[in-house]
Amino acid sequence: MSTKYSNMTVKAYRRENGRVGVRNHVLILPVDDISNAACEAVANNVKGTLAIPHAYGRLQFGEDLELHFRTMIGTGANPNVAAVVVIGIEPGWTKRIADGIRETGKPVAEFSIEQNGDFETIRRASWAAKDFVHKTSEYQREECSISELWVSTKCGESDTTTGLGSCPTVGNMYDKLLPEGITGFFGETSEITGAEHICQKRAINEEVGERWYKMWKAYQDDVIFAHQTDDLSDSQPTKGNIEGGLTTIEEKALGNLEKIGRTSQYIDILDPAEAPKSGNGLYFMDSSSAAAECVTLMAAGGAVIHTFPTGQGNVVGNPIVPVIKITANPRTVRTMSEHVDVDVSGILRREMTIDEAGDALIEMICRTANGRNTAAEALGHREFSMTKLYRSA
Amino acid sequence: MSEIPHLLVHEHADNVGVVVVEGLTAGTDMLCCVTHDNSTFRLTAGADVPIGHKIALKDLNNGDTAIKYGEDIGKIIADIPKGAHVHTHNCKTKRW
Repeated sequence: MSTKYSNMTVKAYRRENGRVGVRNHVLILPVDDISNAACEAVANNVKGTLAIPHAYGRLQFGEDLELHFRTMIGTGANPNVAAVVVIGIEPGWTKRIADGIRETGKPVAEFSIEQNGDFETIRRASWAAKDFVHKTSEYQREECSISELWVSTKCGESDTTTGLGSCPTVGNMYDKLLPEGITGFFGETSEITGAEHICQKRAINEEVGERWYKMWKAYQDDVIFAHQTDDLSDSQPTKGNIEGGLTTIEEKALGNLEKIGRTSQYIDILDPAEAPKSGNGLYFMDSSSAAAECVTLMAAGGAVIHTFPTGQGNVVGNPIVPVIKITANPRTVRTMSEHVDVDVSGILRREMTIDEAGDALIEMICRTANGRNTAAEALGHREFSMTKLYRSA
Repeated sequence: MSEIPHLLVHEHADNVGVVVVEGLTAGTDMLCCVTHDNSTFRLTAGADVPIGHKIALKDLNNGDTAIKYGEDIGKIIADIPKGAHVHTHNCKTKRW
């Protein structure tokens, strides 16, 4: 069935593997914490590149190491990234990450520091980065269907207005665009607590719903109940949530789940940072409810635009994915307007319907895909926060 | 709606609503709107309640369940008169 959303197009970058990206970054990617300095030096030498320093990558093992590789490879493979320079302390893991990104077909160069030192590594990597900047800066945007966008969501510094306004706005967008063939991500495992009976029912079928419940329950048992020291007061909900009027995790969860709208159903469950493999549709990613971690995981899964409802004013951004901030809280609009991309406070005044708010968000998604910088991009918010599952060896 | 509502309620089954204006003071004759069908009613605010915080729509007793979105959002842990502020001092999670 053709709708007013069916013929929407955006001007974006089509990558070698057919995926569509909305940014054109040349990434300088450290394999490990001790390669951050070399990566930052290369990014300083060559303008138009972006280093993303992080804290991990040494002596991790098992599932935690697999998550590290998945996050690194997924970040480099993201269609918002045009080319990647990978730098690690030694060649083994460096090659593994570079080869993983190479599967997309995009230009990748790898360098390791041992037996070269920082100076020689930086010299060689800077030449590769400069070549990549010349090459990718000539890439042209082309017309792509809106259905080719992968759009993620996660809310932050929620309050009662997110459940009334900004989360239903995202839900309305998904209800309109998922039937057109976009791919969507939601998650925040701990934050579904209190609405798990509803979330389970939003699976496409019983089998997926049961797998979802098992995943959620395992998090409750293995993480929350294994490590809690009290009742999680002040953590979930957070101090900011409570200041904004949210009293319990149940109340927060019900508002959170408004992000998947009225009709959308999820078709599969993803591990943290895992890319979808079941075709177009909505996916639940097992993920942290901390903003920067969650956006980082969804970006590694392949999302190219993130929609971020906030109540009290979470200011998070991401280095490679534009984060669109939506708020319905008039106080946040009044006091923090430099962070707001879509103001839906009219919903609270009953001057704007959820349907109109959803259309306003879709318009902002198109403008962002076409190149408009989000508030988080303009303000330099590039939080890259990797999830770590347990202590390193 | 020509007048801007002071309080929004998700569902008719709810026993709490959310203040959506800044600077609400005790004694205000609030316009309340149920977002499910945009029906309205009036209620007097029993306290100064900040934007985003909840108000009891009826007298609630210690041990009752707080209902919002038509769902259980926690237990009431003190008697709360209609119109009063509902938050962490008188409502608590049933989960952790």
